[in-house]
Amino acid sequence: MISLAGRDILHGWGKFVLTSVGLGLLIGVTLTMGGVYRGMVDDAKVLLDNSGADLWIVQKDTLGPYAEPSSIYDDLLRSVLASPGVESAANVTYLTTQVRRGREDTRVMVAGIDPHDPAAPGRPGYLTAGRHISRGHYEAVADEASGFRLGDEIRIRRNLYRVVGITKRMVSSGGDPMVFIPLKDAQEAQFMKDNDAILQQRRRTEANPAFNRPGAPGVLEGVIASQSANPYVNSVLARVHPGTDPELAASHIRRWLRLEVYTREQMEDIMLGKLIATSSKQIAMLLVILAVVSAAIVAFIIYTLTLGKIREIAVLKLIGTRNRTIIGMILQQALALGVLGFAIGEISATFWGPAFPKYVLLEPRDAFTGFVSVMVMCAFASLIAIRVAVGVDPAEAIG
Amino acid sequence: MRRGSVKGRTLLLALFVAGLAGLLGYVMVNSGPLARFPVTVQEVGVGSVSPALFGIGVVEARAVHRVGASSTGRLERLHVQTGDLVAAGQLLGEISPVDLDDRIEAQRSAVKRLESLASAAGARVEETAARKKYAEAQSTRYDNLLKSNAVSVEAADAKRQERQVTAAAWTSARSDAEAARSELARAKAELDGMQARREDLRVFSPVDGLVAARDAEPGDVVAAGQAFLQVADLAELRVSARFDQSGAAGLQAGLPAEIVLRSRPGEVFAGRVLRVEPMADSVTEETSAKIVFDHLPDSAPPLGELAEVTVRLPASPEGPVIPDAALRIYEGRLGVWTMDDGSVSFKQVSAGRRDLDGRIRVLEGLEPGERVVVYSARALKPGSRVKVTEGLTR
Repeated sequence: MISLAGRDILHGWGKFVLTSVGLGLLIGVTLTMGGVYRGMVDDAKVLLDNSGADLWIVQKDTLGPYAEPSSIYDDLLRSVLASPGVESAANVTYLTTQVRRGREDTRVMVAGIDPHDPAAPGRPGYLTAGRHISRGHYEAVADEASGFRLGDEIRIRRNLYRVVGITKRMVSSGGDPMVFIPLKDAQEAQFMKDNDAILQQRRRTEANPAFNRPGAPGVLEGVIASQSANPYVNSVLARVHPGTDPELAASHIRRWLRLEVYTREQMEDIMLGKLIATSSKQIAMLLVILAVVSAAIVAFIIYTLTLGKIREIAVLKLIGTRNRTIIGMILQQALALGVLGFAIGEISATFWGPAFPKYVLLEPRDAFTGFVSVMVMCAFASLIAIRVAVGVDPAEAIG
Repeated sequence: MRRGSVKGRTLLLALFVAGLAGLLGYVMVNSGPLARFPVTVQEVGVGSVSPALFGIGVVEARAVHRVGASSTGRLERLHVQTGDLVAAGQLLGEISPVDLDDRIEAQRSAVKRLESLASAAGARVEETAARKKYAEAQSTRYDNLLKSNAVSVEAADAKRQERQVTAAAWTSARSDAEAARSELARAKAELDGMQARREDLRVFSPVDGLVAARDAEPGDVVAAGQAFLQVADLAELRVSARFDQSGAAGLQAGLPAEIVLRSRPGEVFAGRVLRVEPMADSVTEETSAKIVFDHLPDSAPPLGELAEVTVRLPASPEGPVIPDAALRIYEGRLGVWTMDDGSVSFKQVSAGRRDLDGRIRVLEGLEPGERVVVYSARALKPGSRVKVTEGLTR
């Protein structure tokens, strides 16, 4: 026995399929928007995950190193390593910059990491090709989203870096791909001015009588040497011993080293609550509007679909079909439309998601919520249609 | 279409739904948490690792001599330009002597005059000596004659007095001659001193080398001790290289090294470690070493040029070796993910040294032949659903 809904769908199947495709694309857009929002949040979290740190030690009274600039002396690392509870620690620098790739340039976040210790926090946790940095200078590991391939050369400021490793999903909170280079080079890159600026600075220093006094040779050289050194890093990342409360280690460093320390939770609050707060709210707002609009459109489509069949329903009533059967038909059709639409939406979102320049994260949880809401919306929309259908006068069938 | 049979329409719709379901299934399996993500797997090999140190440094000469005069004066002539090759002892420049030459000439005349005076004094000594000798003889003779009363006492006294007078004249003449000789010696010494000072105004190269810098021009007044030329000893060009302390264990004199100059990136020059500096830099946390070229480059690089140095260390003993990409951190521990029957599990290892190609010698925790995950598209967890592939990138 074939169901009434099935018969009706078969009767106007072209219209049904086209409607479901249209509905599906709309749902796909909504799901994608949800994915964009999730991707944005994930970008912020993945930066924290990838660094592999429990503690972020930054300049006092700053929200560094991602949300605010932070600058601390690189030798503070020793003091951090000596703090109770700290197992390993490493200096890192972050510098968001444009680097040239062939004829075009790419925006990347250059991270300076300890190239020697394989257990140092801040290093890329996994690679998809090549190897880690093994020389202390002029080598780089790049995220594949940056477009660099193994063996490419990246020019960052004055120096060329050879790409020796490729990694994936290593991005800044803004979604820019990361490029890892040895710490010393990164310190230099952050600080190093172009040659012209260096020469001008030397000339200015020479012109300053305080530094260039006759009878005091060596002062000028000393001043210039101190001007061209950079003993600063942006942050020290630390990992605590397994089983140690990070907050305990953090409070010790806060108290005795007089630095700002953030634990993983606090850092996440900073990233989500401050750094990407407005942009994520912006996307969330758009997502809400899109969801409401989609729901309204779904309701209208089902309503008009039913209204278009009002004559046939009148005939059904005229031949004595029970209301239950008619309600069942409308509900089943609406739900079938919802299922098909959701499937098309999910598929299309999955296919066009990777084409987005930034990460789109389609979570199964969101897909499930989406599915349930589509079903509820379809059922709800069909209720209005059912009210019209049940109230139709059988006499309309004969006009 | 609407005219098509019910059966045909059912079939088409069923195909559409089935296709959609298939696509959805495909999407579900290939993305999201159910998806297996690709990894590459490699067997743990056996081998030895030849670690290498990589450092940067600058080209420098063994010694740079700062050449200058030891007295203040106006620079009269400079015979060399920056970049000239000079030989040891070659005249490089001269400081103006001002009146020194005239004073030397005057002194020379003074010496001549004193020489004449000295010879005159010498003649007088001879003369007085002759007189003295004659007076002595006369006095002796008269004394003898007085004994035989052949002459008067007065005459004998006169001869005796004459003898005393000539003796005194002789002593006086001798003193005068001595004084004249001393005066002459003093004047000569003074002349020598002046000539030495004159010679010191001429500046010579202390070594065979290259004029690396010329910091003054003729006409400049240079202070005593101020260096106005730098002569670099090119006999031993070398690279003063810095190595990060954390990886510098095993750096020692005699190890072979490869030098790449910044101006010639494709060329590798062979060299060796001359010595490791006993003083390390505690601020930059680097150890310095001097690297010498085995054969000097045909055209010498400019002093101060940046160079990259790779020093090969002795190979480690044989043992399990893995690529460094396989080394992961999980829950704060260093280890590898081993692949067994399609599932991954974490194994803590202790890593030894690493070579520049990223091969790591495993000291503990891994046996040769075990299969470890090398590349993966995301971080692994126990029970991660993985799919072994050949490579992860195009």
